[in-house]
Amino acid sequence: DGSLLFQQVPMVEIDGMKLVQTRAICNYISTKYNLYGKDLKERTLIDMYVEGMFDLNELLMTYGYQPADKKEQHFANMMEKTENRYFPVFEKVLKDHGKDFLVGNQLSRADVQLLEIILMIEEWKPDMFAKFPLLQRFRARMSNIPTIKKFLQPGSQRKPPSDEDVVDKVMKIFY
Amino acid sequence: MSGKPRLTYLNGRGRMESIRWLLAAAGVEFEEVYLETKEQYDKLIKDGFLLFQQVPLVEIDGMKMVQTRAIMSYIAGKYNLHGKDLKERALIDMYVEGISDLMQMILMFPFSPPDAKEKNLESIKERATNRYFPVFEKVLKQHGQDFLVGNKFSWADVQLIEAILAVEEKVPDVLSGFPQLQVFKTKMSNMPTIKKFLQPGSPRKPPPDAHYVETVLKVFKK
Repeated sequence: DGSLLFQQVPMVEIDGMKLVQTRAICNYISTKYNLYGKDLKERTLIDMYVEGMFDLNELLMTYGYQPADKKEQHFANMMEKTENRYFPVFEKVLKDHGKDFLVGNQLSRADVQLLEIILMIEEWKPDMFAKFPLLQRFRARMSNIPTIKKFLQPGSQRKPPSDEDVVDKVMKIFY
Repeated sequence: MSGKPRLTYLNGRGRMESIRWLLAAAGVEFEEVYLETKEQYDKLIKDGFLLFQQVPLVEIDGMKMVQTRAIMSYIAGKYNLHGKDLKERALIDMYVEGISDLMQMILMFPFSPPDAKEKNLESIKERATNRYFPVFEKVLKQHGQDFLVGNKFSWADVQLIEAILAVEEKVPDVLSGFPQLQVFKTKMSNMPTIKKFLQPGSPRKPPPDAHYVETVLKVFKK
């Protein structure tokens, strides 16, 4: 029917547009709802952080689709990157400025994305956070923001971790 | 410090080439530092230059910027190549992201194992011909304007001309079914800043060869 510009999902219908491409969609929502910093320099910092997080998210997202003989190595790699490449950056950002939010002392998409990743990692390796006290405090603070708190409650639109059924469906629909 | 942006990467296309294109299209001169050894790269990391221990790195306006998209979004914003409002920006972002998926296939191609090369080349041709180029052919046909978005030169146009030329290097007749894209290619190639970038002696890098692949594997070896 021509709804998918590049024949792919996600697709979000918003403000009369059929938006595709995850980043384009997130950029639009972030700007519209003032979650993208107050000027170009803040936006750039947010972009750098978010792009790093997208890279990590790619590893986390593809874990369930690894063939059985690659799973263990993939898991080790994603945990290693989380612990040595990504989490130290955000722990340091929070430590250096001592503020509640990653950029510009106000809630932005970078904070939302970081919380999302923290919660996913927690599902797999909760003991990782012993090394990251500021990320622990960040997680607690962010989880109490009313909109986020609501999203974390049962019955919200948040989806559970992908299980074998989801993986099967994906393989069936797209491949 | 000359005040010009300084790019740090290998002496080859990779993930930095799209950034070189965008700066060149915007008429911005830049300096380059080339990574040739693992030691150079390790030193950059040790000295804290690379936020996520990765290149590209672009030093610009007092910032050490990493992450290709963050860098390009900044340059596009700074030089008015990102549309005039949020809706135009959304369109540009969608187009750029789609093209970037195609460019990713081209980026990875030189690193394909020998027995997968033919299949990967076929995939590039198939995706360009059936998924990506038809979209832009249609966009140009529908509005009849020279540029993809808002009747004004933007990041999306730069990304598309780069992609067209990159695919053509591998599939010379790829534009044969796309008359609008042929016209677009000619128009973009004749824009003064782009014309200059396409001439010998510009910062544009040649297609990756065996030496480039070897350097990548050497510098980023674990």
